[in-house]
Amino acid sequence: METRELICIGCPMGCPLKVEMNNDEVVSVSGNTCKRGDVYARKEVTNPTRIVTSSVIVEGGSLAAVSVKTKEDIPKGKIFDIMKDLKGVKVQAPVHIGDVIVSDVAGTGVDIIATKNVL
Amino acid sequence: MLNYDIVIVGGGPAGLAAAVSAKRSGVESILVLERDKELGGILNQCIHNGFGLHTFKEELTGPEYAGRFIEQLEEEKIEYKLNTMVMDIADNKVVTAMNREEGMFEIQAKAIVLAMGCRERSRGALNIPGYRPAGIYSAGTAQRLVNMEGYMPGREVVILGSGDIGLIMARRMTLEGAKVKVVAELMPYSGGLKRNIVQCLDDYGIPLKLSHTVVDIEGKERVEAITIAEVGPDRRPVPGTEERYTCDTLLLSCGLIPENELSRSLGVEMSPVTSGPLVNECLETNVEGVFACGNVLHVHDLVDFVSEEASAAGKHAAEYVLNGAKHQESSAKDIPIVAVEGARYTVPKSINPDRMDEKHTVRFRVGDVYKNCYVSVYLNEERIIHKKRPVVAPGEMEEVVLKKEELAAFSNLSQITVKIEEA
Amino acid sequence: MYDVVIIGAGVSGSASARELSRYKLNVCVVEKEEDVCCGTSKANSAIVHAGFDAEAGSLMAKLNVEGNQMMEELSKELDFHYKNNGSLVVCLHEEEKPNLQELYDRGIKNGVKDLRIIDRDELVKLEPNISDEAVAALYAPTGGIVCPFGMNIAFAENAATNGVEFKFDTEVTGLEKKDGSWVVKTNQGEIETRYVVNAAGVHADKFHNMVSDKKLHITPRRGDYCLLDRSTEGFVTHTIFQLPSKFGKGVLVTPTVHGNTLVGPTAIDIENKEGTNTTQEGIDELINKAGTTVKGLPIRQVITSFAGLRAHEDGHEFYIGELEEAKGFIDCAGIESPGLTSAPAIGKMVAEIVKELTGAEANPDFNGSRKGILDPKTLSNEERAALIKENPAYGNIICRCEMITEGEIIDAIKRPLGAKSLDGVKRRTRAGMGRCQSGFCSPRTIEILAREHGVDPAEITKAGGNSKIIVGINKDRI
Repeated sequence: METRELICIGCPMGCPLKVEMNNDEVVSVSGNTCKRGDVYARKEVTNPTRIVTSSVIVEGGSLAAVSVKTKEDIPKGKIFDIMKDLKGVKVQAPVHIGDVIVSDVAGTGVDIIATKNVL
Repeated sequence: MLNYDIVIVGGGPAGLAAAVSAKRSGVESILVLERDKELGGILNQCIHNGFGLHTFKEELTGPEYAGRFIEQLEEEKIEYKLNTMVMDIADNKVVTAMNREEGMFEIQAKAIVLAMGCRERSRGALNIPGYRPAGIYSAGTAQRLVNMEGYMPGREVVILGSGDIGLIMARRMTLEGAKVKVVAELMPYSGGLKRNIVQCLDDYGIPLKLSHTVVDIEGKERVEAITIAEVGPDRRPVPGTEERYTCDTLLLSCGLIPENELSRSLGVEMSPVTSGPLVNECLETNVEGVFACGNVLHVHDLVDFVSEEASAAGKHAAEYVLNGAKHQESSAKDIPIVAVEGARYTVPKSINPDRMDEKHTVRFRVGDVYKNCYVSVYLNEERIIHKKRPVVAPGEMEEVVLKKEELAAFSNLSQITVKIEEA
Repeated sequence: MYDVVIIGAGVSGSASARELSRYKLNVCVVEKEEDVCCGTSKANSAIVHAGFDAEAGSLMAKLNVEGNQMMEELSKELDFHYKNNGSLVVCLHEEEKPNLQELYDRGIKNGVKDLRIIDRDELVKLEPNISDEAVAALYAPTGGIVCPFGMNIAFAENAATNGVEFKFDTEVTGLEKKDGSWVVKTNQGEIETRYVVNAAGVHADKFHNMVSDKKLHITPRRGDYCLLDRSTEGFVTHTIFQLPSKFGKGVLVTPTVHGNTLVGPTAIDIENKEGTNTTQEGIDELINKAGTTVKGLPIRQVITSFAGLRAHEDGHEFYIGELEEAKGFIDCAGIESPGLTSAPAIGKMVAEIVKELTGAEANPDFNGSRKGILDPKTLSNEERAALIKENPAYGNIICRCEMITEGEIIDAIKRPLGAKSLDGVKRRTRAGMGRCQSGFCSPRTIEILAREHGVDPAEITKAGGNSKIIVGINKDRI
């Protein structure tokens, strides 16, 4: 039996979590104050994921860049592959919140979407 | 001279929420004045996610969060002016503003909501010795350059201060291809949220050195190296603990200061602790009909709380306009809220049991890290709240909820005290 | 072939250039930095000294008093900020009153007008925040404060308008006499000239010693300063010195012409002539000493600290004149405090020396008046509205701390010897000089600089050379 200690990143409270593990199997999670903490802990010790945010150049709009994010969380190990995929990406204005900027980024099956309107 | 019922100074998260709330409370004539070229304020450069869990029950990025409120503003058909700087507010509520198209112009308001936000503490204010080359930025300036303009302000970075913007920028710079070598924090604890230490520093193997500060900046033209050293309990560098990092950039994330130059010239009374106005539970300042909310009032940890507070300010401003609610006249019945023993301040600084809503959330910050402590509230000498907290820290805002019935029922109530009690 | 090459575009070199432009002379100023006012002239106490400090009979004393007397009129002619706020030398110990008298006597010998020794009562009336220890003071109503950048830039601009050429980023590496004239070797090539004026500040000994066996030795004497926010305006209204004594020299506390409060300087002799770094010890010393002459100084309102180097020659005197041993080489060396005050008189003296040597005729086209950057804050609301209508850039605030408009920044860039860098804009307009120290406005000022100069924003520097603000674009190295 092995115990891993984590800080929950599910919300700003930052609960200290304890995860009891038995050979890669999660036995129990404690320290969380909500369901979100339980979900985070189980994911974090097996397949940690993150939302990646960045910005890309936008042409012909009122602003120089548009902010973007992965539509869903992606495996932590893929973060830098995603940044490489975003290198050199340019979009044309207008861009709206939710527009797909890059689909299936870095083979994750997840799209990069705009998080801002640039008209 | 233009005439509006409510003029809101600032179109960031506080100003937007105040405007929407005032409109929904029944005031038609509202004008938001924003100095930048778009609404949303500093949220526009906070492109990371983590906003809105309280307000929208989902995690949004800064621009998305701002976008939701901008949409509401548009739906409510609230007027606003961009690229417009407020130059002066006179105590008769004449606002002097300026922009390219209209030049200098005056607006007579019935009520004013101050929502100007805050600025970052600069290198100069921190008395950091050394040269003054290029490559020293406040974290927010770097954030604007990277996130909104697409420019890299540096390649090899040392960060002083573990405030949230500093932590967020450690990750952003790393993702965009820079090497963040270390984050130094003067205090023995971080000024930012715990989750940001996990997902912005730990995820990328960036060391956080607590009780450290910058003792030298090298480089005549551009930063060439930064020396940090450990500090003792007096927060002074300990000789012999210096570590030198070659780098081209120093980011500073060492605290935010409410921007109250306009409020001061208007005669608004200030708290020396928050550098923001002193307000009653209606978020009204000592100047009748002038309300304050958001980071101009006190620096918040979460934008959700800014929106909540600003909505209240907007509602009270509307009441003032519609009903002529003369809060100042009933101020004799205001009960002062005093922060002592670990609690540094409270917003509001007073509450009126006759006037207040059924429940009122009092927000405050603590001056140090306390573990296994209690957040306590006393009415005169009687303790009415004794809330166990595993840990409280200066980087995070605390709150207690006061109930109208409890306050009203207490005879001869003369003071409410908020304090941290150790177990 | 130039008639005169001036080494250094600091206040002495620029004042000399402006005075020389009164004559039919072909004058060039060479400056190693990217702008005027980049050395000692930019980091000092910004004081117009009355003239009681320098030794009676010295050139320093003479030019100090002359410069002081010229300042007011010159500030109008060249449109820079000057204020005759008066200065006080505060005596903190009864037994030191004789030293105050000594200072008074020296001032009288130097020709300082209206000097008076005042008692504590009068002192408190003049400065309510004066220390409880203060027993008396020497009051010099002729003392003043000046914008050091403003004065230096005004001299240079006016010189340029009257035909003087300025070469920036041009560092002198050698001097050679050839056929009765001089070859000035620089990193940008050789320049020939009949006369050389050595106004190189802390580096003046280097150039002097290239041509003379009678060596000069200049020590960079570092002075650290703390500048407090404009919210402290009115804390003191006079320039307050501490009477030097066995208890130490003390630091001065003074208002600036823009309403800040300035505290400093320290005095630390160093070797590095580019050593303008502040130190922890220096800042600590200031904070400790600042409360000696005044009480309740709001030192927490500090918005920046900086250090400047005084060009201290071993003999503590101004060396101005043609060298016997190197004809055509004119020193303007050892210009330390009260150099800023003396600058108008220094310029005049250098020009007279050159005129004597060359017999140059007056320049009939000389126009000595110069209009500074329009400050909309000096206008009425109606005038301001009219200005914005004519030029909307004056309706766009860029620096929100100092309320500086885009119009002022564009003016600073487009005028003669215009700003090329953020610091250049800052010294000319005060954009970035306020409490946020350019946190908010620097990205926008970069944008304006890039647009007006027609370059990429990445080319814009803080202060020339390698002081780039932007080093690349996102993801360019991944």
